[in-house]
Amino acid sequence: MSVTPEQPVIPKIRLNAILNVMSKGVHTDKRPLHSYRQIEIKTGVVPNAEGSALVKLGNTQVIAGVKLEVGQPYPDTPNEGVLIVNTEFVPAASPTFEPGPPDENAIELARVIDRSLREPRVIDLSKLVIIPGKKVWLVWLDIYVLDHDGNLLDASMLAAMAALATTKIPKYEVNPGTGEVVIDRTTRTTPLPISKFVATVTVNKIGNYLVIDPNQEEESIATARLAISVSEDGTIVGMQKMGMGYFTEDEIVKAIELALQKGPELINTIKASIGMG
Amino acid sequence: MVVGKEKPKLIVNGKRVDGRAPEELRPVRMEVGVLKNADGSALVEYGNTKVLAAVYGPREVMPKHVALPDRAVIRCRYRMLSFSAEERKSPAPSRREIELSKVIREALEPAIMSELFPRTAIDIFIEVLNADGGTRTAGVTAASLALADAGIPLRDLVAGVAVGKVDGVLVLDINQIEDMYGEADMPVAAMPSLGRITLLQLNGVLTPDEFRQALALALYGIRKLYDLQKEALRRKYISTAEE
Repeated sequence: MSVTPEQPVIPKIRLNAILNVMSKGVHTDKRPLHSYRQIEIKTGVVPNAEGSALVKLGNTQVIAGVKLEVGQPYPDTPNEGVLIVNTEFVPAASPTFEPGPPDENAIELARVIDRSLREPRVIDLSKLVIIPGKKVWLVWLDIYVLDHDGNLLDASMLAAMAALATTKIPKYEVNPGTGEVVIDRTTRTTPLPISKFVATVTVNKIGNYLVIDPNQEEESIATARLAISVSEDGTIVGMQKMGMGYFTEDEIVKAIELALQKGPELINTIKASIGMG
Repeated sequence: MVVGKEKPKLIVNGKRVDGRAPEELRPVRMEVGVLKNADGSALVEYGNTKVLAAVYGPREVMPKHVALPDRAVIRCRYRMLSFSAEERKSPAPSRREIELSKVIREALEPAIMSELFPRTAIDIFIEVLNADGGTRTAGVTAASLALADAGIPLRDLVAGVAVGKVDGVLVLDINQIEDMYGEADMPVAAMPSLGRITLLQLNGVLTPDEFRQALALALYGIRKLYDLQKEALRRKYISTAEE
């Protein structure tokens, strides 16, 4: 069952103070409402993973890792590899996160990222076939939120994209007799086939303002959020309205414009961090 | 899913696989008050998609610590019956069902005047009897009727429909085949009289222009469903009043 969450206690005077600051077109940390905090992307942070990235977005920290395993394709896509996305909000990241299986927020975040990668075919899964119909690469993309200071979705997508773009497929050999696949994880050479870059821009409705990249406190007073994933070719590749409020048609059109403007900036940041800039 | 099935042509001579025009809804059926025990209930059909919604409450919250001091908690569960789809669905809650329960709750929250019932719970159960595309939006439509039937004050009814892009054409109220083989699936729900959009998801790729058209098409469909919702409520309550 999905249950109305307890609302964080924010004194009215604080709420009014935040809205007052936003009326001047800036966040509580004085940057413009339509700007991101400082973004830091480090790739290759986990040597044992086939690809990994640590993203700092202000004080928010997210780590994403990719492990590749040999497995069976789905019966309806026998000639494609498989992408599996999981997210965990670890208890270390916030006093409000509890140990245990992923809750609805973590599941939703993982599924939004999964769809935004799958639908525009960010990974060319047809190139991940080892033995057609029998053996393919399973791409396990796991995202862990390490420190929660708002905007987990945009940070997670940055981490996911940077980890995937730096993933290298290990050397392997197929035994022609048994069909067994022997993997040598010490030698990784072929990059994971990435067809395009995507980024997710979440537009928050705080009071009557449309705001990008809020910190945790600002985010907690957002009535609704609209995550918009955009591709570098200028298309919209995924959307999800979240939160207990609503958007008008006009607000949605404005949010899309914002995402189309900010998305390419994020994509350039990822590319620069992995030496593609 | 059928193994190795080729993608069928989804638009032939401007008509869809089931003979509809692109901007045409499936035959819609709505019935209010279909369960005796629930405080409110409704059955909604979009073609072969059949969804039942039941509402209990406002009632005492169990366990007590879930209660909120200034409003009712809304609890929502979306679920597919095991035999509702082509392949048997395991009765254990799937990740999809967990996500959709949240998305549907958040589609209904803006409509419910929950501040009138502090320390209570309003429970919404959505059971998909037969799935043929658009189950979450039919679920929202049914749940809002069930809430109205339970006498819970609403700011407006919420109605939902999914728009898709199939063979390059934007189509209203997609069915299972169109969802499976189409390029995009965009479920939308709104409170039409207030112009508030409460659910919006996009699973697929659209250009910004296509998106604007798709949203307009969804809102057009939602208006039609909204009229049918009001008709269904009148049917039940006017006949009850005459008895």
